[in-house]
Amino acid sequence: MTALLIILCVILVGIVLVQIARIVELISQIKGEREVMRESSWWNAHLSLVFLVVFLAGVFLSSYYYRNELLGYGPHKAASAHGSDIDSMFNVTLFFTGLVFIITHIALFWFAYKYRWREDRKASFIAHDTRLEVIWTAVPAVVMTLLVVRGLDAWNTIMADVDPNEDYFEIEAVGQQFNWIIRYPGPDGKLGSRDFRLTTALNQVGQDFRDPKNWDDIIVAQECYLPVNKKIRVRIIAKDVLHNFYLPQFRVKMDAVPGMPTYFVFTPTKTTAEYRNELRKYPEYHKPYDPADPQGPKRWEKFEYELACAELCGKGHYSMRRIFRVVPQEEFDAWYRQQESYYLTQIRGKEEDPNKGKVLDIDPPAKDTLSPTPATLSKI
Amino acid sequence: MAEVTKVAVESLDTLEEKLTQELGYDDHFHEHHHGDKYQSNFLTTYIFSTDHKIIGRQFLITGIFWALMGALMSLVFRLQLGFPEADLAWLKPILGKWIQVNDAGIGKLDPEFYYALVTIHGTVLVFFVLTAGLSGTFSNILIPLQVGARDMASPLLNSFSYWFFFLASVVMFLSLFLSTGPFSGGWTAYPPLSALPQASEGSGAGMTMWIVAMALFIVSALLGGINYITTVLNLRTKGMNLWRMPLTIWAFFITAIIGVLSFPVLLSGVLLLMFDRSMGTSFYLSEIVVGGQILDRIGGSPILYQHLFWFLGHPEVYIIILPAMGIVSEVLSVHARKPIFGYRAMVLSMLAIAFLSFIVWAHHMFMAGVNPFISNFFVVFTLIIAVPSAVKVFNWISTVYGSNFRFNSASLFALGFVSLFISGGLTGIFLGNSAIDVQLHDTYFVVAHFHIVMGVAAFFGMFAGIYHWFPKMFGRFMNETLGKIHFWGTMIGAYAVFWPMHYTGMAGVPRRYYDGGASFDAFRHFTELNQFITVAAIIVFFLQVIFVVNFFYSIFNGRKVTTKNPWGANTLEWTTPINPGHGNWPGKIPAVHRWPYDYSKNGEEFVPQYVPLRAGEHDHGH
Repeated sequence: MTALLIILCVILVGIVLVQIARIVELISQIKGEREVMRESSWWNAHLSLVFLVVFLAGVFLSSYYYRNELLGYGPHKAASAHGSDIDSMFNVTLFFTGLVFIITHIALFWFAYKYRWREDRKASFIAHDTRLEVIWTAVPAVVMTLLVVRGLDAWNTIMADVDPNEDYFEIEAVGQQFNWIIRYPGPDGKLGSRDFRLTTALNQVGQDFRDPKNWDDIIVAQECYLPVNKKIRVRIIAKDVLHNFYLPQFRVKMDAVPGMPTYFVFTPTKTTAEYRNELRKYPEYHKPYDPADPQGPKRWEKFEYELACAELCGKGHYSMRRIFRVVPQEEFDAWYRQQESYYLTQIRGKEEDPNKGKVLDIDPPAKDTLSPTPATLSKI
Repeated sequence: MAEVTKVAVESLDTLEEKLTQELGYDDHFHEHHHGDKYQSNFLTTYIFSTDHKIIGRQFLITGIFWALMGALMSLVFRLQLGFPEADLAWLKPILGKWIQVNDAGIGKLDPEFYYALVTIHGTVLVFFVLTAGLSGTFSNILIPLQVGARDMASPLLNSFSYWFFFLASVVMFLSLFLSTGPFSGGWTAYPPLSALPQASEGSGAGMTMWIVAMALFIVSALLGGINYITTVLNLRTKGMNLWRMPLTIWAFFITAIIGVLSFPVLLSGVLLLMFDRSMGTSFYLSEIVVGGQILDRIGGSPILYQHLFWFLGHPEVYIIILPAMGIVSEVLSVHARKPIFGYRAMVLSMLAIAFLSFIVWAHHMFMAGVNPFISNFFVVFTLIIAVPSAVKVFNWISTVYGSNFRFNSASLFALGFVSLFISGGLTGIFLGNSAIDVQLHDTYFVVAHFHIVMGVAAFFGMFAGIYHWFPKMFGRFMNETLGKIHFWGTMIGAYAVFWPMHYTGMAGVPRRYYDGGASFDAFRHFTELNQFITVAAIIVFFLQVIFVVNFFYSIFNGRKVTTKNPWGANTLEWTTPINPGHGNWPGKIPAVHRWPYDYSKNGEEFVPQYVPLRAGEHDHGH
């Protein structure tokens, strides 16, 4: 019923508008075209001025209101080493573009207002001005050069791959419809090899278990932990369609492509706890996390780094959330030690296990006998 | 303006006739076209016409149809984003099974169909509205009229161009009614999502029809483009050298060249996609496990498709914006009563943009996994585009400076275009810099950027053109009061819709999220902003309905045009009769003696192109 009333109202407003428009047109024919032109130019020139003021005021006020959403300000400061480069590039660009935005808008609408049609006015015949044109070609060119140089400097630093000799920690993110499979290398620090043809319901990412590097690999089912201030290299790949590995607070984003591993290297600089403390400074993060539970934890207390998908991958695209928790090294080590090898817990002895029947040195010692296994014997 | 310079206009009409008689180009048109056998009945006059003016209007009206369809689609997904809790059961009679009604009687939009709406909204607005509806309409109507030609070089191919577009429209429209839904993998149709029916319902029959529609559309664009190029190069009237062409013609000409060079690449891209889909090839597919099934496709690369797609896709945004730029330059100059500032710089900057548009495509792929080293070149070329774009903006502003600016719907939309082009263009400087793009890529910042700079701005160019050339198209004026309500409402409303998206984008909210990011702590706190955007979008939609009402009402009941040249413009289309027939000029075609921007020169308000140079007068086009 309300919908019907709304539709009726809209139609009525429309009819009224059309009728007014017809009447105005009839009146204008009586007034004569010059008078109409004068009035129209006066009104619209002043409206242009009003628009200019309201628009610029709106831009400033809304930027102020949403200042805590702006990139690189307040709670939106990057939590990774390279992220601050991106934030500062953003702000340098914002400065130059903001300046141009304000000047050109004032010029455009002010000139339109000032030079509105008047019967006695004669427009000037200015076809071009070489000096002016050279200046306003050169100035943007110089500014663009500055932005390009700084931007590319940042870009090549950000995208630089790790040096094999340096200290870094590598994990793997595999995108599939509609979740992420995160694999850690285990105690050997090396991710085992994969072959998509080996994929089964159990062997989700197609690990090749003939490769001993796979034996200790961990597939994290819950929150993923990362050590703070440690260089992380994420090996990114997709099983089915394109996905995108997106960690907004770390300024990390890279497509996951089936058949072509990509990577992103970053160093988290703030632990989850530190980030929560940052958020604590802002009143909006003191609102309850769950609006239905006003007494419950506040937003800052529940903050987590979230992994999202940023490449359309199908109808569940919006729901590929995973939590990453950045902690001090000791805490990370403690968590890491608790994680169990996927191979040993899920695959060993099953159909997918190519080493079935063989004894491996990572097998836990059999409980009923204390005698050494052939594998350990051969080592001795 | 009709009565303003009535005396002057009458003497001008006599002068024009006299000059055309004396100096005009005689192609013995009358002797060849007795009885006009091509336009003998309703069907040949209005439907299967080969007259460029009718074909232009066909493009326009089909474009308006698709614009309304696309806008309605956007309203449905905006309702989902702004009011996710709202009951959409009332849409069930239209959307059927795509509204799932739960036990409580609350109707929810199916995510699959949300993505289908987003996809088809993007596809039809980019290709059917802002390419066919904008470039198709105005290239057709204006090229022969402004260069002084009887019609296009090949009127028959020209009519095929429309009918291929029509067929594409029919196929795309029918795909909306498939039981698996229309294609839903985004307007860019990236494989493997678009290649694997197992991965998404919309990638089944919906995608097949999408490809067929796009292939037909590309044929249409090519037939049109070849015609525009040929007409501009070969059919200009006596004296109309390249540097005397109005900026509209330059824009359409350059647009057509870009289209002819880039659309075939998209066609090859989607044909290979079709092979991957139906013939078991692996151009874009490699090492895929989908829904537990291991595919025997090895060796392809999804990145290859992205290169082929964006090799058209990026020039495509210039195919959209250049005609709008041309229209705005012409409309601004006519209503400022002042020459366009820096005519040659305007042409050269369009040529520069056109050239650069072919070497920047991978800036859409910074985060796609291409070698980061390659991105260096694309950053450089992308940011260079800011220079010719800035030159154009400064020239438009300088055109307004020192003018005698007539405010009407056409000139207002031209002003609005400049504002939007500045706002949207500047955010491109952020996105073109790959380092910043790491964060902003595929967020709402991108949505804000391209909607402002090529969506709304191109629409504003189109509106400026429609209000300005409506008298030429239909022999009547559109209603000015409704036009101004339409302008101010849309100007404020469009900014209200798209400006806030910069903030959500900076906060990192990814685009194409069915729930607007509600499942993420970092993205979910924009409820009020999303509601505001949705309400603004609904209001803007109703303002467009006012435009459509005004358009169709004015075709039949608008104030009649009483003089040939109601705006006091210099270009040749205003020397044709008020309702020009087949062949445009009844007798000789006027010859051209000067550039089209002699406004307010030596005390004369305007000096049309057919007026010979006076003794000692200098032609500014040269």
